[in-house]
Amino acid sequence: MTATLERPAVRTTGVVLTVAGLTLREAGRRRVLWALGALTLILLGLSAWGFAKLASVSVGGAGLTSGEARLAASEVLNLVMFGYSLVAALGTAFLAGPTLSGEIESGMALSLLARPVRRSTVLLGKWLGLVVFGSGFIVLAGLAQFVVVRVAVGYWPPDPVVGLALLAFETAALLTLGLLLSTAISPMASGIVAVGLFGSAWVAGIVGGVGVAINNSSVAAVGTISRVVLPTDGLWRGAMHAIQDPSALRTFGGVEGGAFPFLSAQSLSGAYLGWVVVWILIIGGLAALSFSRRDI
Amino acid sequence: MWCSGLHKRYGRRVAVDGVSFTVERGEVLGLLGPNGAGKTTVIKMLLGLVRPDAGEVLLLGRPGRDPRARERVGYLPELFRYQPWLSAAEVLTLHVRLSGARVPAAEQREALALVGLADRAADRVGGFSKGMQQRLGLAVALVARPDLVVLDEPTSALDPLGRADVRDLVLSLRQRGVAVLLNSHLIGEVERVCDRVVILDRGQVAASGTLAELLGRRELRLRLGGVTAAAEARLAATGALARTGEEFTVALPAEDDGVAVPELIADLVALGVRVHSVEPARISLEDRLLGILRHEEQS
Repeated sequence: MTATLERPAVRTTGVVLTVAGLTLREAGRRRVLWALGALTLILLGLSAWGFAKLASVSVGGAGLTSGEARLAASEVLNLVMFGYSLVAALGTAFLAGPTLSGEIESGMALSLLARPVRRSTVLLGKWLGLVVFGSGFIVLAGLAQFVVVRVAVGYWPPDPVVGLALLAFETAALLTLGLLLSTAISPMASGIVAVGLFGSAWVAGIVGGVGVAINNSSVAAVGTISRVVLPTDGLWRGAMHAIQDPSALRTFGGVEGGAFPFLSAQSLSGAYLGWVVVWILIIGGLAALSFSRRDI
Repeated sequence: MWCSGLHKRYGRRVAVDGVSFTVERGEVLGLLGPNGAGKTTVIKMLLGLVRPDAGEVLLLGRPGRDPRARERVGYLPELFRYQPWLSAAEVLTLHVRLSGARVPAAEQREALALVGLADRAADRVGGFSKGMQQRLGLAVALVARPDLVVLDEPTSALDPLGRADVRDLVLSLRQRGVAVLLNSHLIGEVERVCDRVVILDRGQVAASGTLAELLGRRELRLRLGGVTAAAEARLAATGALARTGEEFTVALPAEDDGVAVPELIADLVALGVRVHSVEPARISLEDRLLGILRHEEQS
């Protein structure tokens, strides 16, 4: 009786938040959180040990200068951060897949979608829950990693906020794609395809970097096109640029540094970030369309 | 609830072909039919889970495409499964929130008590047996004060005691003026609680009507000797006639005028027939269902 008095917008927001909360609770109760937490602690511990060793390395009897140490730390930090972005990507892709197609297969979606809710609203709630989960992980784990590096070798990234925000953005992009895939194909397949695409985009980015370094425009185009089609690699490179020491690029040869997998030559343009937002909206819209047309 | 001309095709197979029926307030409608007749597909189309290729649905005065049509609808799916990581009480709270209704916690607990899960409210659904999950599904269907309840095979995982509980539940819903659509292959269950029945076969409505209409047909079983052609003609004049040896079965008109049977027997005796036994009988829903389905097969 009172339900019909609720304004539609208020009700839609309520449903989005309810489903987002449900998704987060699922992640928490299915021990995804625990598994990720344990994995992160191991990664943090190992990197703390590695960075401490790095600080005490000596070349030809002499220790590293502070500049060299910073350079090395910045490079290794990018490598470790790539590890986190991979964990977040794998985690959310394998969470995004089963969350939709798994629930449809098991029948769990039946009673839920028979409620007075739009499917696009339910999808938006799932997406929001997964974004909060993925970005929450990236921000917490990334910050902890920065602190570890700071304590071990005294290096602090030039732009930590931008770096973490771009990594969270990257996770959001990949999980949107995961959701789209999971509206159309089986849970396992959607996880595998999402991770496969993520990996290919990364490799294509490196190929493009090599193209830039050897001045071959058609090889360079591989990276550019892949960054437009699937922006995860573009965002990752932007994040690296914000995390790495500015002197690293000069040392490794300016623009040609783009050929190194863990070095980024340029920060991201506003236009590119705008495109990523549009990309997420397009993929999310397609997911909503495909989900609302599907027979459950 | 009203639906008209529902049609659904999966690839080249027609699953549902021109199904129409209504369920009124305070009425229990039974959906019957063999496996694969399209019963569950029809239910899913009513609830917006499957998109009909053609046809219209009206739920509680709103078109089925509008999600708000389902505001006061409760549904227990045939494939019932609930979030295993939630407790029974949390599942109910989730459904209350999604339904947009405001149901106090005490009333939610009552819904659990109604299906016999009061003492399992705080337990995770993951540890529930099939029967308990189906009971939880019933509570989910009932918790948001529905005006229409759709139950798809609600007793498939329940023991005889649970089945009796469901029967009582359906009857109490009818008393409260709630419309109930019950899909069950247990004919006895349908016969006991349903006011009207729709029989689906190969995606089409094979028959529909009130139980009195469908079962109203009475018949007379006779064991006779010395039946002549004239006597057989007299029998056939009363109603449809079937004969196996000395056993004759005559269909009688639905309304008993009190004279048809005595007159028939008097005429038979006058024609020189030896009457060994006369036994009036009522067709059970099961016989009727089998009769309809077999008749369809032959045609």
